[in-house]
Amino acid sequence: MAACRCGENGYGKEEAMQKLLDQYRDYKGGLIPVLQEAQNIYGYLPKEALQRIARELRMPFSKVYGVATFYAQFHLKPRGRNIVRVCLGTACHVRGGAKIFEAAKEHLGVGHGETTGDLRFTLETVACIGACGLSPCMMVNDDTHGRLVPGVVGEKLEAYK
Amino acid sequence: MKNLEQLRVRYREQYRQKLSRPRIVVGLGTCGIAAGGEKVMEAIRERVAAKGLDVDIDFTSCIGMCYREPLVEIALPGKPGVIYGDIYPDKVEKLIESVVTGRPVFEWAAMQIVEDGVTPYEGLDIMESAPYYEKQVRSVTSRLGRTNPESIVDYIATGGYEGIEKALKMDRQAVIDEVKKSGLRGRGGGGFPTGNKWQFVYGAVGDKKYAVCNADEGDPGAFMDRSVLEGDPHAVLEGMMIAGYAIGADEGYIYCRAEYPLAIKRLNLAIAQAEELGILGDNILDSGFSFHIKIKAGAGAFVCGEETALLNSIEGKRGMPRVRPPFPAHKGLWDKPTVLNNVETYANVPFIIRKGGDWYAAMGTEKSKGSKVFCLTGKVNNTGLLEVPMGITLRDIIFSIGGGIQGGKKFKAVQSGGPSGGCIPAEHLDTPIDYDSLGALGAIMGSGGLVVMDETTCMVDVAKFFLNFTQLESCGKCTPCREGTKRMLELLQKICDGKGEIEDIATLERLAKVIKNSALCGLGQTCPNPILTTLRYFRSEYEAHIIHKRCPAGVCSALLVYVIDSAKCTGCGACARACPAGAITGEKKEPHTIDASKCIKCGACIQRCKFDAVTKA
Repeated sequence: MAACRCGENGYGKEEAMQKLLDQYRDYKGGLIPVLQEAQNIYGYLPKEALQRIARELRMPFSKVYGVATFYAQFHLKPRGRNIVRVCLGTACHVRGGAKIFEAAKEHLGVGHGETTGDLRFTLETVACIGACGLSPCMMVNDDTHGRLVPGVVGEKLEAYK
Repeated sequence: MKNLEQLRVRYREQYRQKLSRPRIVVGLGTCGIAAGGEKVMEAIRERVAAKGLDVDIDFTSCIGMCYREPLVEIALPGKPGVIYGDIYPDKVEKLIESVVTGRPVFEWAAMQIVEDGVTPYEGLDIMESAPYYEKQVRSVTSRLGRTNPESIVDYIATGGYEGIEKALKMDRQAVIDEVKKSGLRGRGGGGFPTGNKWQFVYGAVGDKKYAVCNADEGDPGAFMDRSVLEGDPHAVLEGMMIAGYAIGADEGYIYCRAEYPLAIKRLNLAIAQAEELGILGDNILDSGFSFHIKIKAGAGAFVCGEETALLNSIEGKRGMPRVRPPFPAHKGLWDKPTVLNNVETYANVPFIIRKGGDWYAAMGTEKSKGSKVFCLTGKVNNTGLLEVPMGITLRDIIFSIGGGIQGGKKFKAVQSGGPSGGCIPAEHLDTPIDYDSLGALGAIMGSGGLVVMDETTCMVDVAKFFLNFTQLESCGKCTPCREGTKRMLELLQKICDGKGEIEDIATLERLAKVIKNSALCGLGQTCPNPILTTLRYFRSEYEAHIIHKRCPAGVCSALLVYVIDSAKCTGCGACARACPAGAITGEKKEPHTIDASKCIKCGACIQRCKFDAVTKA
């Protein structure tokens, strides 16, 4: 079977993983950056990738799994191409962040932590993205959208394919 | 030892030349970008190119006026710089016109920045006397919104790296003494004297030591550290280098939360620039002192803002706190003596070394010296970043700088210190704020987030909001926090649902006290504060929820009753058609009524009614 070539820079995902593991093999405290990079490669952390990380970094699988499930950033299930994070922090809360979340939920037809069937969007909430001066706000991928009202949420989301 | 004098002279000249040319500067901190700053930048580039104007286009970070973002500054040679607020692409054409005519567009201008020897424009606020800035000081935030954060030329030309140069010529103990003299206390919330902390690590025995920067700013409502990292990244590096030199560390880590991609990008850039000039790295300026800085991106856990949890996370473990003692000063990162300070603390250090501890100690109150950066958010007119001398009153911050409450509503409380802090009511607005006075009110200084609440905010709901947060973020290591937050949240939920019993208040108070005294780390020890302060200052609201089954602020939906004012109702039937539960009935052109037993309290009728006849109470 032909090797997967869908990774960046002409590398396949396997090659990218190997390069990553070689880079961090003797790096003190490298597990978290390895998991972060591995998630960039796969879009999430498949079981096989976690097993391989444990083997190659010479640590128990239980430790890798423990760290991967402790932090909110890591995901063990496939995610959408676009990550929508609606802020429900204090400042957004008092300015109606919950209504923004409702609007996003309604527009995408999925709930918190869920992914649309076409893998286009994953909807999440976040405790604060530090743009409180512009509350209520949400992040789509690395873009921050501020001063939202429920009516414009759908339009903002539609810009992401 | 080499010195930076030659470089400094050259960079100052470059910087002077930059300021002597006509320029348009766009604010591109995260807040500016979120408000659409990049589109404005694009439009400006396009218009300037189309007109073939000889104007420089530059960017800067957040000057603090988030409420007027996107911000654009236009500075013409020999004239004051004019800061324009709320500039969207459709306004760019007219702004560019003002560059050609030399006449500012006064109706969009927020204020002007007047350098020495320049005549101000008439009828426009000068920054130092503008309402938002009049009571502020600009020390640690002095470069924010003024220099290009991605340019080391701007940093060095404005006094940057003078601190480390001066420190390297000093005795290590003398550096620590200078910081002690300044009276600087930890800006991350704890308020521990920075000089003393350094002294412990200096005195600790170890072949290797570390200087760690806590940039895991997780408190909802706080973005001071983000603003400093995005606006003056070199100052943080310089502060860490000075700390490293003083305590004898050759390696530093910045633990920055992954939610701040722009801050991480600018830090990486700053590190590369400083390394290239030999200011950071091996044998800095031929002094024999070496210092390397690495960045660790957090992975999304609020508890990692706690110092020992943060160290575990850098080591690649689960971010759970450690039992203290031993303290990080003796056994920190990889069990080596470690000094841990937050972003704002480090960013203050270069100024203190450069200008002297006495200069810093001249600001502030007896026990809390210097200035503090706050983030003012919530239901206040002017939201943004501000820096004030310690000892200013909350009233000054909220009503002078913040411009009062949105929509002319009544002030109810200000929440200081995030989930670890407390709600301060109107009767304490005149307290001069410092670490100790806020502690006495049951709140904490925290990292500096101030969320303003008005009469439409329910204090029980706010307490529930924070408990929901801490309960989700509790790492689960110690029982009081893991189980206690859950039980307190259940009680608050019960009260908000209208099922509260009067004993619940006593149970909450007892639980809060036990958790405060027995939790392992700061997260657990402080998480009851929102409950304790709301119970202390707003007990009547709890009682209204429990005894009268009413939510005075009209927030807790289970306790609201929707009614139609028969005097205002025209009988148009819009509400009845909007009601998904079929709870509204009435004859055409006759006042309608809501059947409370069918009403699901969704609020659709209120939104639909054109006559304000539907109210909730």
